[in-house]
Amino acid sequence: MSDETVLTINHLTHKFGGLQALTDINVDLKKGEIAGLIGPNGAGKTTVFNLVSGFYVPTEGDILFKGNRINGLKPHVIASMQIGRTFQNIRLWSDMTVLENICISQQYRLGYNVADAFFNTKRYKSEEKKIHDEAWALLEKFNLADKALDYPRNLPYGVQRRVEIARALSLNPELLMLDEPAAGLSTSDLSELISYIRWIHETFGLTIWMIEHQMQVIMTLCDYIQVVNFGKEIARGTPDEIQNDQNVIKAYLGNGEID
Amino acid sequence: MKNKSKKFIVPAITAAVMVLVVILAQLDILNNYYQTILMTICINVIMSSSLNVVNGYMGEFSCGHGGFMAVGAYVSSVLSLVLFCPGNSITGKALLPPESAMFLFPVVILLGGAASMVVSLLVAIPSFKTRDDYLAIVTIATNFIITTSLNNIGIVGESRGLMGMKSTLSRMSGVIDLPWILIWGMLFAALTVYAIHRLMKSTLGQGISAVRYDEISAEIMSVNTNKMKLIAFTFSSGLAGVAGGLFAHMLGFINPSSFGIMKSTESLVMVYLGGMGSLSGSVLSAFIFTILLELLRPAQIFKWVIIPLMLILIMQFRPEGIMGPRELPQVFPKLRKLFPVNSDMVRKNQTGGEA
Repeated sequence: MSDETVLTINHLTHKFGGLQALTDINVDLKKGEIAGLIGPNGAGKTTVFNLVSGFYVPTEGDILFKGNRINGLKPHVIASMQIGRTFQNIRLWSDMTVLENICISQQYRLGYNVADAFFNTKRYKSEEKKIHDEAWALLEKFNLADKALDYPRNLPYGVQRRVEIARALSLNPELLMLDEPAAGLSTSDLSELISYIRWIHETFGLTIWMIEHQMQVIMTLCDYIQVVNFGKEIARGTPDEIQNDQNVIKAYLGNGEID
Repeated sequence: MKNKSKKFIVPAITAAVMVLVVILAQLDILNNYYQTILMTICINVIMSSSLNVVNGYMGEFSCGHGGFMAVGAYVSSVLSLVLFCPGNSITGKALLPPESAMFLFPVVILLGGAASMVVSLLVAIPSFKTRDDYLAIVTIATNFIITTSLNNIGIVGESRGLMGMKSTLSRMSGVIDLPWILIWGMLFAALTVYAIHRLMKSTLGQGISAVRYDEISAEIMSVNTNKMKLIAFTFSSGLAGVAGGLFAHMLGFINPSSFGIMKSTESLVMVYLGGMGSLSGSVLSAFIFTILLELLRPAQIFKWVIIPLMLILIMQFRPEGIMGPRELPQVFPKLRKLFPVNSDMVRKNQTGGEA
């Protein structure tokens, strides 16, 4: 881990019409760390992710990726700046093969135009070959090569997750945002997911930022955790600090008297 | 290189069939009536497979294809009249020597297509923000804008329409006596199918399908969805314009009412009959649809009771259309040998690969 910052969010505030979804969120992701963003349902975690990936333009505040301001840019431009993400509910193109899923996600570095495709030029051939080679290499790395020509809808849920993460990595990202990677997985799959994320982190040397409800996943993986509730940050710190934070316990368990 | 030689089988068969048709037409075995049917099939192949790019591959619902056909038909007709036909209804004299029609005819047709591409921006730009039913309304509106405008432009004959394009064809036959419109019709139809095949096979074109399956994840995975929509709409409309140009020259007469919502519906019917997102389905359904319409000609106006009824039955019992989303090689695996198109998708040392 170095001191280099990958993602900085300053005073991020977002309103949906009259609804104040986020108030003054500040984030500082250091290169190479695994950071967590947690909070009860409806706290605004996914909204933060959607703002970073460009689906909404923030009402106030700045989002900086490696020092460049990215708020207001289109999602595909942000993706081509090498920010990968997955979704809470898997969003693969389920009627296209796994290989096609991976290839299409490399559109950002497609070095040919429509005319090249029509006339089957040298540039077209070499670019397509490069993309397919990269896709195969990636699938092999992920042990998914035998699934390359399958349709995601025919794959088990756990494998679909892995394919989705592999697809996000085909963007060659420096920052990988995982939105509830454990959602829908059984508890026995969790330890597998943990080692899987750890393996990705080590192999690709990237920064991971994740939203998760499974405390087991968050507490074992994350170096640093931020907690939001009702669109406001209520705590930040290491997993140990968070586990003992009174505000966090209150947010998760409620404010009732326990005796 | 076995694969290399196989690559040429399909184009070779296509070329052979075209040459055969031209020879038969030349020997008058294929009379004018059958030539016209063949020509209509070619035009319908272009119409249905191009609409399939938007409605099938991209999953949008465009019902204004007839409008873009009209733009192509009118632009190429006006060009053809002004350039090659002395005594035409617009300028009264030809700008170029009539013999040049021989070489410039395809250019005129393509210019019609280019004009349609420009007009298709009327649909493509709203499509950045609107989807589904709302975009369908935009496309219908565009169709009306185009036909109503043509109905009110004096120079192209208002609702009476334009005529005289046949003389361009007779000029061409005057140089070399061949069934030129049939030749160009078949060539443009084959090129259309080839171009769509190339586009949809490329990783760039597959971005269009990604928009259909999930637009949000397409954006997140670096696919410029606006660019994809622009490509799909302009490409599809441009081809409709080409079909329009051929149509105008085949009939030698056009008026705005030929390109109304009825024409757009016909194209829609062919796409849904063939199967959304299936290029071979679109081609097949263009054949079936045209021949069916011709066979039902004796039924006269009841034709338009029988055909919609068939549509209802198809939607009931085979809603995915003749081919579904599949292509011919997927239905008949033996044909796969002829289309080594996906060979780059299968790795040579791939173990689990394609069955």
